[in-house]
Amino acid sequence: MTTLIESPLDPRDAVYREIVPGGDPWMAVLRKGQTLRILDLEGNQAVDTLFYHLHDSSERYSATDTITAQGNIYLSSGSRLLSNRGRLMLTITADTCGRHDTLGGACAAESNQVRYALDKKPMHSCRDNFLKIIAEHDGGLSKRDLTSNINFFMNVPVSPDGGLDFVDGISAPGKYVEMVAAMDLRVLVSNCPQLNNPCNAYNPTPVEMLIWD
Amino acid sequence: MSEPTTHCVHQEILPGGRNGSLILRRGYSLRITDLEGRANAGVLLYNPHNPLERYNMADTLKGQHTQKLQRGHMLYSDMGRVMCSLIDEDLGWHDTIGGCSDAEGVRQRWGESRYQEARNDFHRHGRELFLIELGKWGLGVRDLVPNLNFFSKLAVDEGGALRFVEHHSHAAAYVTLRAEMDTLVVIQSAHHPLDPAPHYAPGPLRLEIQPAAAAGEDDPCRRLCPENERAFQNTAIYYCQG
Repeated sequence: MTTLIESPLDPRDAVYREIVPGGDPWMAVLRKGQTLRILDLEGNQAVDTLFYHLHDSSERYSATDTITAQGNIYLSSGSRLLSNRGRLMLTITADTCGRHDTLGGACAAESNQVRYALDKKPMHSCRDNFLKIIAEHDGGLSKRDLTSNINFFMNVPVSPDGGLDFVDGISAPGKYVEMVAAMDLRVLVSNCPQLNNPCNAYNPTPVEMLIWD
Repeated sequence: MSEPTTHCVHQEILPGGRNGSLILRRGYSLRITDLEGRANAGVLLYNPHNPLERYNMADTLKGQHTQKLQRGHMLYSDMGRVMCSLIDEDLGWHDTIGGCSDAEGVRQRWGESRYQEARNDFHRHGRELFLIELGKWGLGVRDLVPNLNFFSKLAVDEGGALRFVEHHSHAAAYVTLRAEMDTLVVIQSAHHPLDPAPHYAPGPLRLEIQPAAAAGEDDPCRRLCPENERAFQNTAIYYCQG
Protein backbone atom coordinates (compact mmCIF):
# COMPACT_ATOMS: atom_id res chain seq x y z
CA MET A 1 0.00 0.00 0.00
CA THR A 2 1.19 3.45 -0.86
CA THR A 3 2.17 5.89 1.86
CA LEU A 4 -0.71 8.15 2.76
CA ILE A 5 0.14 11.84 2.72
CA GLU A 6 -2.02 14.47 4.37
CA SER A 7 -2.32 18.06 3.20
CA PRO A 8 -1.32 21.11 5.24
CA LEU A 9 -4.02 23.19 3.51
CA ASP A 10 -6.90 24.53 5.59
CA PRO A 11 -10.36 24.36 3.97
CA ARG A 12 -11.13 27.77 5.53
CA ASP A 13 -8.52 29.28 3.22
CA ALA A 14 -9.96 27.72 0.05
CA VAL A 15 -11.02 30.19 -2.66
CA TYR A 16 -13.68 27.81 -3.96
CA ARG A 17 -15.81 25.14 -2.32
CA GLU A 18 -18.68 23.28 -3.92
CA ILE A 19 -20.48 20.06 -3.14
CA VAL A 20 -21.21 17.93 -6.21
CA PRO A 21 -24.17 15.59 -5.60
CA GLY A 22 -23.86 11.93 -6.50
CA GLY A 23 -24.41 11.41 -10.24
CA ASP A 24 -23.80 15.05 -11.25
CA PRO A 25 -21.20 16.51 -13.63
CA TRP A 26 -18.88 19.39 -12.70
CA MET A 27 -16.59 21.56 -14.73
CA ALA A 28 -14.14 24.22 -13.57
CA VAL A 29 -11.06 26.17 -14.53
CA LEU A 30 -7.97 25.42 -12.46
CA ARG A 31 -5.17 27.96 -12.89
CA LYS A 32 -1.50 27.12 -12.88
CA GLY A 33 -0.32 26.94 -9.28
CA GLN A 34 -3.77 26.34 -7.83
CA THR A 35 -4.51 23.22 -5.81
CA LEU A 36 -7.62 21.08 -6.29
CA ARG A 37 -8.83 18.77 -3.54
CA ILE A 38 -11.52 16.15 -4.19
CA LEU A 39 -13.05 15.13 -0.89
CA ASP A 40 -14.99 11.87 -0.67
CA LEU A 41 -17.62 13.01 1.82
CA GLU A 42 -19.36 9.71 2.51
CA GLY A 43 -16.81 7.21 1.19
CA ASN A 44 -16.48 4.74 -1.68
CA GLN A 45 -17.38 7.29 -4.35
CA ALA A 46 -15.74 7.08 -7.78
CA VAL A 47 -14.98 10.48 -9.32
CA ASP A 48 -14.35 10.26 -13.08
CA THR A 49 -12.04 13.10 -14.08
CA LEU A 50 -10.51 14.52 -17.27
CA PHE A 51 -8.09 17.44 -17.67
CA TYR A 52 -7.56 19.69 -20.73
CA HIS A 53 -5.15 22.54 -21.38
CA LEU A 54 -7.38 25.57 -20.93
CA HIS A 55 -6.09 27.37 -24.03
CA ASP A 56 -5.64 24.36 -26.35
CA SER A 57 -7.96 21.48 -25.54
CA SER A 58 -6.15 19.16 -27.97
CA GLU A 59 -3.63 18.81 -25.17
CA ARG A 60 -5.27 16.63 -22.54
CA TYR A 61 -4.60 14.16 -19.78
CA SER A 62 -3.11 10.93 -21.10
CA ALA A 63 -3.53 7.78 -19.04
CA THR A 64 -1.00 5.84 -21.10
CA ASP A 65 1.71 8.53 -20.99
CA THR A 66 1.18 8.90 -17.25
CA ILE A 67 1.40 5.22 -16.33
CA THR A 68 4.31 4.38 -18.65
CA ALA A 69 6.32 7.38 -17.37
CA GLN A 70 5.84 6.43 -13.72
CA GLY A 71 6.06 2.68 -14.38
CA ASN A 72 2.92 1.94 -12.39
CA ILE A 73 -0.76 1.77 -13.25
CA TYR A 74 -2.01 3.29 -9.98
CA LEU A 75 -2.05 6.98 -9.13
CA SER A 76 -1.18 8.32 -5.69
CA SER A 77 0.91 10.98 -3.97
CA GLY A 78 3.82 11.95 -6.18
CA SER A 79 2.13 10.82 -9.39
CA ARG A 80 2.81 13.26 -12.20
CA LEU A 81 -0.26 13.49 -14.42
CA LEU A 82 1.03 13.94 -17.97
CA SER A 83 -0.61 15.25 -21.11
CA ASN A 84 -0.69 13.56 -24.50
CA ARG A 85 2.33 15.74 -25.31
CA GLY A 86 4.25 14.31 -22.39
CA ARG A 87 4.01 17.57 -20.41
CA LEU A 88 3.22 17.84 -16.73
CA MET A 89 -0.40 18.88 -16.12
CA LEU A 90 -0.69 18.24 -12.38
CA THR A 91 1.14 16.56 -9.54
CA ILE A 92 -0.72 14.67 -6.83
CA THR A 93 0.55 16.27 -3.62
CA ALA A 94 -1.63 14.64 -0.99
CA ASP A 95 -3.66 11.44 -0.86
CA THR A 96 -5.32 9.92 2.17
CA CYS A 97 -6.96 7.13 0.14
CA GLY A 98 -3.89 5.36 -1.23
CA ARG A 99 -4.45 4.65 -4.88
CA HIS A 100 -6.62 5.65 -7.78
CA ASP A 101 -7.48 4.03 -11.11
CA THR A 102 -6.83 5.26 -14.62
CA LEU A 103 -7.50 2.12 -16.68
CA GLY A 104 -11.19 1.53 -15.98
CA GLY A 105 -12.53 4.42 -18.01
CA ALA A 106 -15.93 6.05 -17.62
CA CYS A 107 -19.21 4.18 -17.59
CA ALA A 108 -21.57 4.78 -20.51
CA ALA A 109 -25.10 3.77 -21.41
CA GLU A 110 -23.61 1.53 -24.09
CA SER A 111 -20.97 -0.06 -21.89
CA ASN A 112 -23.48 -0.63 -19.09
CA GLN A 113 -25.63 -2.49 -21.58
CA VAL A 114 -22.72 -4.73 -22.55
CA ARG A 115 -21.43 -5.24 -19.03
CA TYR A 116 -24.66 -5.86 -17.17
CA ALA A 117 -27.76 -6.39 -19.32
CA LEU A 118 -29.39 -5.04 -22.42
CA ASP A 119 -32.07 -3.30 -20.32
CA LYS A 120 -29.50 -1.23 -18.38
CA LYS A 121 -29.10 1.25 -21.22
CA PRO A 122 -31.47 3.88 -19.79
CA MET A 123 -29.45 4.21 -16.58
CA HIS A 124 -27.50 7.42 -16.00
CA SER A 125 -23.78 7.26 -16.75
CA CYS A 126 -20.52 9.20 -16.61
CA ARG A 127 -20.15 9.63 -20.34
CA ASP A 128 -23.67 11.04 -20.53
CA ASN A 129 -22.62 13.46 -17.78
CA PHE A 130 -19.53 14.48 -19.73
CA LEU A 131 -21.54 14.97 -22.93
CA LYS A 132 -24.16 17.03 -21.11
CA ILE A 133 -21.75 19.43 -19.47
CA ILE A 134 -19.56 19.95 -22.54
CA ALA A 135 -22.68 20.56 -24.64
CA GLU A 136 -23.96 23.17 -22.19
CA HIS A 137 -20.64 25.03 -21.94
CA ASP A 138 -18.82 26.49 -24.89
CA GLY A 139 -15.55 24.80 -24.12
CA GLY A 140 -14.95 23.58 -27.66
CA LEU A 141 -15.12 19.97 -26.49
CA SER A 142 -17.09 17.10 -28.02
CA LYS A 143 -17.33 13.33 -27.85
CA ARG A 144 -14.01 13.15 -29.72
CA ASP A 145 -12.33 14.58 -26.64
CA LEU A 146 -13.61 12.02 -24.16
CA THR A 147 -10.47 10.00 -23.75
CA SER A 148 -9.31 7.66 -20.98
CA ASN A 149 -9.95 9.35 -17.66
CA ILE A 150 -8.91 9.06 -14.03
CA ASN A 151 -11.25 7.39 -11.55
CA PHE A 152 -10.35 8.94 -8.23
CA PHE A 153 -11.12 6.66 -5.27
CA MET A 154 -11.95 3.72 -7.56
CA ASN A 155 -10.37 0.36 -6.85
CA VAL A 156 -9.55 -1.68 -9.97
CA PRO A 157 -7.04 -4.34 -8.97
CA VAL A 158 -5.15 -6.28 -11.60
CA SER A 159 -3.55 -9.67 -11.11
CA PRO A 160 -0.11 -10.69 -12.41
CA ASP A 161 -1.76 -13.22 -14.75
CA GLY A 162 -3.55 -10.40 -16.56
CA GLY A 163 -6.92 -10.21 -14.79
CA LEU A 164 -8.71 -6.97 -13.96
CA ASP A 165 -11.71 -6.36 -11.76
CA PHE A 166 -13.89 -3.74 -10.17
CA VAL A 167 -14.18 -4.22 -6.45
CA ASP A 168 -15.31 -2.46 -3.34
CA GLY A 169 -13.50 0.83 -2.86
CA ILE A 170 -10.69 1.46 -0.41
CA SER A 171 -11.91 4.97 0.23
CA ALA A 172 -13.89 6.06 3.28
CA PRO A 173 -15.74 9.17 4.53
CA GLY A 174 -13.37 12.13 4.66
CA LYS A 175 -10.67 10.64 2.41
CA TYR A 176 -9.29 13.05 -0.16
CA VAL A 177 -6.83 13.48 -2.97
CA GLU A 178 -5.14 16.76 -3.76
CA MET A 179 -3.23 17.94 -6.81
CA VAL A 180 -1.49 21.11 -7.91
CA ALA A 181 -1.84 22.38 -11.49
CA ALA A 182 1.31 22.93 -13.57
CA MET A 183 -0.65 24.68 -16.35
CA ASP A 184 -4.00 26.40 -16.78
CA LEU A 185 -6.56 23.63 -16.97
CA ARG A 186 -10.17 22.82 -17.63
CA VAL A 187 -11.32 20.10 -15.26
CA LEU A 188 -14.20 17.84 -16.25
CA VAL A 189 -15.76 15.59 -13.62
CA SER A 190 -18.58 13.09 -13.42
CA ASN A 191 -19.43 12.13 -9.87
CA CYS A 192 -20.13 8.58 -10.97
CA PRO A 193 -23.80 7.43 -10.99
CA GLN A 194 -22.96 3.74 -11.49
CA LEU A 195 -25.41 1.45 -9.63
CA ASN A 196 -24.40 -1.88 -11.17
CA ASN A 197 -21.02 -2.50 -9.57
CA PRO A 198 -19.35 -1.82 -6.22
CA CYS A 199 -17.25 1.15 -7.41
CA ASN A 200 -19.65 3.42 -5.48
CA ALA A 201 -20.76 0.80 -2.97
CA TYR A 202 -24.03 0.76 -5.01
CA ASN A 203 -24.83 4.15 -3.49
CA PRO A 204 -23.52 7.27 -5.28
CA THR A 205 -22.87 10.03 -2.76
CA PRO A 206 -21.67 13.67 -2.83
CA VAL A 207 -18.09 14.84 -3.05
CA GLU A 208 -16.70 18.28 -2.28
CA MET A 209 -14.41 20.21 -4.60
CA LEU A 210 -12.03 22.68 -2.97
CA ILE A 211 -9.55 24.99 -4.70
CA TRP A 212 -6.72 26.97 -3.11
CA ASP A 213 -4.64 29.68 -4.77
CA MET B 1 0.28 -20.56 -39.98
CA SER B 2 2.82 -17.91 -40.91
CA GLU B 3 2.92 -18.52 -44.67
CA PRO B 4 0.73 -16.33 -46.87
CA THR B 5 -2.44 -18.11 -47.85
CA THR B 6 -3.74 -18.28 -51.36
CA HIS B 7 -7.05 -16.68 -50.35
CA CYS B 8 -5.62 -13.27 -49.62
CA VAL B 9 -7.40 -10.38 -51.28
CA HIS B 10 -4.59 -8.11 -50.20
CA GLN B 11 -1.13 -8.53 -48.78
CA GLU B 12 1.53 -5.99 -47.95
CA ILE B 13 4.65 -5.59 -45.89
CA LEU B 14 4.88 -2.68 -43.46
CA PRO B 15 8.55 -2.12 -42.59
CA GLY B 16 9.45 -1.27 -39.00
CA GLY B 17 8.85 2.34 -37.97
CA ARG B 18 6.20 3.04 -40.61
CA ASN B 19 2.50 3.87 -40.76
CA GLY B 20 -0.39 2.46 -42.73
CA SER B 21 -4.16 2.08 -42.74
CA LEU B 22 -6.84 0.04 -44.39
CA ILE B 23 -10.56 -0.55 -44.30
CA LEU B 24 -11.33 -4.01 -43.05
CA ARG B 25 -14.86 -4.81 -44.12
CA ARG B 26 -17.29 -6.88 -42.09
CA GLY B 27 -16.76 -10.47 -43.20
CA TYR B 28 -13.03 -10.17 -43.72
CA SER B 29 -10.09 -10.85 -41.46
CA LEU B 30 -6.75 -9.18 -41.07
CA ARG B 31 -3.75 -11.23 -40.10
CA ILE B 32 -0.76 -9.27 -38.82
CA THR B 33 2.51 -11.20 -38.72
CA ASP B 34 5.62 -10.20 -36.78
CA LEU B 35 8.04 -11.33 -39.47
CA GLU B 36 11.26 -11.17 -37.48
CA GLY B 37 9.99 -11.52 -33.90
CA ARG B 38 10.78 -8.02 -32.68
CA ALA B 39 7.88 -5.94 -34.00
CA ASN B 40 5.25 -3.95 -32.18
CA ALA B 41 2.00 -3.37 -34.04
CA GLY B 42 0.39 -0.20 -32.69
CA VAL B 43 -3.24 -0.32 -33.84
CA LEU B 44 -6.27 1.95 -33.57
CA LEU B 45 -9.76 1.11 -34.85
CA TYR B 46 -12.50 3.48 -36.05
CA ASN B 47 -15.92 3.09 -37.63
CA PRO B 48 -15.27 4.47 -41.14
CA HIS B 49 -18.94 5.47 -41.46
CA ASN B 50 -18.74 7.54 -38.25
CA PRO B 51 -15.20 7.79 -36.86
CA LEU B 52 -16.56 9.20 -33.58
CA GLU B 53 -17.03 5.53 -32.80
CA ARG B 54 -13.63 4.07 -32.03
CA TYR B 55 -11.76 1.33 -30.19
CA ASN B 56 -12.07 1.84 -26.45
CA MET B 57 -9.35 0.36 -24.28
CA ALA B 58 -11.25 0.68 -21.02
CA ASP B 59 -14.51 -0.79 -22.30
CA THR B 60 -12.62 -3.68 -23.88
CA LEU B 61 -10.73 -4.48 -20.69
CA LYS B 62 -13.53 -4.12 -18.17
CA GLY B 63 -16.03 -5.94 -20.38
CA GLN B 64 -13.78 -8.99 -20.39
CA HIS B 65 -12.21 -8.56 -16.92
CA THR B 66 -8.71 -8.51 -18.34
CA GLN B 67 -5.74 -6.21 -18.78
CA LYS B 68 -4.13 -8.33 -21.49
CA LEU B 69 -5.55 -9.44 -24.83
CA GLN B 70 -5.40 -12.95 -26.23
CA ARG B 71 -7.28 -15.33 -28.52
CA GLY B 72 -11.01 -15.23 -27.81
CA HIS B 73 -11.11 -11.58 -26.80
CA MET B 74 -13.16 -9.02 -28.65
CA LEU B 75 -12.18 -5.42 -29.33
CA TYR B 76 -15.00 -3.10 -28.27
CA SER B 77 -15.90 0.32 -29.56
CA ASP B 78 -17.03 3.07 -27.19
CA MET B 79 -20.58 2.48 -28.44
CA GLY B 80 -21.00 -0.97 -26.91
CA ARG B 81 -20.28 -2.88 -30.10
CA VAL B 82 -17.65 -5.38 -31.16
CA MET B 83 -15.46 -3.95 -33.90
CA CYS B 84 -13.13 -6.93 -34.34
CA SER B 85 -12.66 -10.34 -32.74
CA LEU B 86 -9.21 -11.67 -31.91
CA ILE B 87 -9.90 -15.08 -33.42
CA ASP B 88 -6.34 -16.35 -33.45
CA GLU B 89 -2.88 -15.53 -32.14
CA ASP B 90 0.02 -17.47 -30.70
CA LEU B 91 1.55 -15.38 -27.90
CA GLY B 92 -1.18 -15.35 -25.23
CA TRP B 93 -0.60 -11.72 -24.25
CA HIS B 94 -0.88 -8.50 -26.21
CA ASP B 95 -0.70 -5.06 -24.62
CA THR B 96 -3.27 -2.30 -24.76
CA ILE B 97 -2.33 -0.14 -21.77
CA GLY B 98 1.13 1.06 -22.84
CA GLY B 99 0.10 3.64 -25.46
CA CYS B 100 2.58 4.72 -28.11
CA SER B 101 6.11 6.09 -28.08
CA ASP B 102 6.77 9.81 -28.44
CA ALA B 103 9.63 11.95 -29.73
CA GLU B 104 11.22 12.51 -26.34
CA GLY B 105 11.18 8.83 -25.39
CA VAL B 106 12.77 7.73 -28.67
CA ARG B 107 15.39 10.49 -28.46
CA GLN B 108 16.29 9.60 -24.88
CA ARG B 109 16.65 5.90 -25.60
CA TRP B 110 18.26 5.85 -29.05
CA GLY B 111 19.43 9.38 -29.71
CA GLU B 112 18.74 11.67 -32.62
CA SER B 113 18.60 10.28 -36.15
CA ARG B 114 17.36 12.65 -38.83
CA TYR B 115 16.23 12.01 -42.37
CA GLN B 116 19.03 14.32 -43.56
CA GLU B 117 21.61 11.77 -42.50
CA ALA B 118 19.77 8.46 -42.16
CA ARG B 119 17.31 8.77 -45.04
CA ASN B 120 14.41 6.36 -44.56
CA ASP B 121 16.06 4.66 -41.59
CA PHE B 122 15.61 7.80 -39.49
CA HIS B 123 14.08 7.37 -36.05
CA ARG B 124 10.32 7.47 -35.88
CA HIS B 125 7.93 7.35 -32.94
CA GLY B 126 4.46 5.89 -32.65
CA ARG B 127 2.68 9.16 -31.94
CA GLU B 128 3.86 10.90 -35.14
CA LEU B 129 3.14 7.82 -37.23
CA PHE B 130 -0.41 7.59 -35.86
CA LEU B 131 -0.96 11.30 -36.42
CA ILE B 132 0.30 11.15 -40.03
CA GLU B 133 -1.98 8.25 -40.83
CA LEU B 134 -4.98 9.66 -38.93
CA GLY B 135 -4.57 12.90 -40.87
CA LYS B 136 -5.25 11.04 -44.11
CA TRP B 137 -8.73 10.24 -42.85
CA GLY B 138 -9.52 13.69 -41.49
CA LEU B 139 -8.69 12.56 -37.98
CA GLY B 140 -6.08 14.00 -35.65
CA VAL B 141 -4.65 14.42 -32.21
CA ARG B 142 -8.09 14.57 -30.57
CA ASP B 143 -8.81 11.12 -31.99
CA LEU B 144 -5.60 9.55 -30.74
CA VAL B 145 -6.89 7.33 -27.93
CA PRO B 146 -5.12 4.49 -26.08
CA ASN B 147 -4.10 1.96 -28.74
CA LEU B 148 -3.42 -1.74 -29.10
CA ASN B 149 0.17 -2.98 -29.06
CA PHE B 150 0.16 -6.42 -30.65
CA PHE B 151 3.25 -8.60 -29.99
CA SER B 152 4.20 -6.68 -26.82
CA LYS B 153 3.66 -7.70 -23.21
CA LEU B 154 3.49 -5.34 -20.27
CA ALA B 155 3.37 -7.34 -17.07
CA VAL B 156 1.76 -5.70 -14.02
CA ASP B 157 2.53 -6.88 -10.50
CA GLU B 158 0.23 -6.80 -7.45
CA GLY B 159 1.44 -3.31 -6.60
CA GLY B 160 0.66 -2.05 -10.08
CA ALA B 161 4.29 -1.83 -11.26
CA LEU B 162 4.75 -2.21 -15.02
CA ARG B 163 7.43 -4.36 -16.60
CA PHE B 164 8.08 -4.67 -20.33
CA VAL B 165 8.76 -8.35 -21.06
CA GLU B 166 11.62 -8.60 -23.52
CA HIS B 167 11.72 -11.20 -26.29
CA HIS B 168 8.03 -11.93 -25.81
CA SER B 169 7.37 -12.39 -29.52
CA HIS B 170 9.03 -14.68 -32.03
CA ALA B 171 9.54 -14.69 -35.77
CA ALA B 172 6.24 -15.44 -37.56
CA ALA B 173 4.09 -14.69 -34.49
CA TYR B 174 0.69 -13.52 -35.68
CA VAL B 175 -2.68 -12.14 -34.69
CA THR B 176 -5.86 -12.55 -36.73
CA LEU B 177 -8.67 -10.03 -36.36
CA ARG B 178 -12.11 -10.79 -37.78
CA ALA B 179 -14.08 -7.64 -38.54
CA GLU B 180 -17.58 -7.79 -37.04
CA MET B 181 -18.27 -4.34 -38.45
CA ASP B 182 -16.53 -2.29 -41.12
CA THR B 183 -13.38 -1.02 -39.43
CA LEU B 184 -10.77 1.55 -40.30
CA VAL B 185 -7.53 0.01 -39.06
CA VAL B 186 -4.74 2.51 -38.44
CA ILE B 187 -1.41 0.88 -37.78
CA GLN B 188 2.14 1.92 -36.95
CA SER B 189 5.19 -0.25 -36.44
CA ALA B 190 7.39 1.84 -34.16
CA HIS B 191 8.94 0.38 -31.02
CA HIS B 192 6.68 -0.06 -28.00
CA PRO B 193 7.16 2.96 -25.70
CA LEU B 194 8.75 0.81 -22.97
CA ASP B 195 10.92 -1.35 -25.25
CA PRO B 196 14.46 -1.17 -23.82
CA ALA B 197 16.11 -2.57 -26.97
CA PRO B 198 19.75 -1.39 -27.09
CA HIS B 199 19.50 -0.40 -30.74
CA TYR B 200 16.72 1.31 -32.68
CA ALA B 201 15.42 -1.51 -34.86
CA PRO B 202 11.61 -1.67 -35.11
CA GLY B 203 10.52 -4.90 -36.79
CA PRO B 204 8.51 -5.33 -39.99
CA LEU B 205 4.93 -6.58 -40.20
CA ARG B 206 3.04 -8.46 -42.87
CA LEU B 207 -0.63 -7.53 -43.31
CA GLU B 208 -2.98 -9.95 -45.03
CA ILE B 209 -6.68 -9.51 -45.67
CA GLN B 210 -8.81 -12.53 -46.46
CA PRO B 211 -12.48 -13.51 -46.36
CA ALA B 212 -13.62 -14.77 -42.95
CA ALA B 213 -16.50 -17.05 -42.07
CA ALA B 214 -19.17 -15.32 -40.00
CA ALA B 215 -19.21 -16.06 -36.28
CA GLY B 216 -21.64 -18.86 -35.47
CA GLU B 217 -23.51 -19.23 -32.20
CA ASP B 218 -20.73 -21.44 -30.85
CA ASP B 219 -17.99 -18.99 -31.81
CA PRO B 220 -15.32 -18.98 -29.06
CA CYS B 221 -15.13 -15.18 -29.00
CA ARG B 222 -18.91 -14.81 -28.62
CA ARG B 223 -18.98 -17.49 -25.95
CA LEU B 224 -16.02 -16.22 -23.93
CA CYS B 225 -18.30 -14.24 -21.60
CA PRO B 226 -21.86 -12.87 -21.63
CA GLU B 227 -20.49 -9.36 -22.19
CA ASN B 228 -19.02 -10.46 -25.53
CA GLU B 229 -22.30 -11.94 -26.70
CA ARG B 230 -24.17 -8.75 -25.79
CA ALA B 231 -21.59 -6.58 -27.58
CA PHE B 232 -21.78 -8.94 -30.57
CA GLN B 233 -25.59 -8.61 -30.58
CA ASN B 234 -25.26 -4.82 -30.51
CA THR B 235 -23.13 -5.02 -33.65
CA ALA B 236 -25.73 -7.29 -35.26
CA ILE B 237 -28.45 -4.76 -34.43
CA TYR B 238 -26.34 -1.96 -35.93
CA TYR B 239 -26.18 -3.90 -39.21
CA CYS B 240 -29.94 -4.64 -39.17
CA GLN B 241 -30.38 -0.88 -39.27
CA GLY B 242 -28.46 -0.73 -42.54
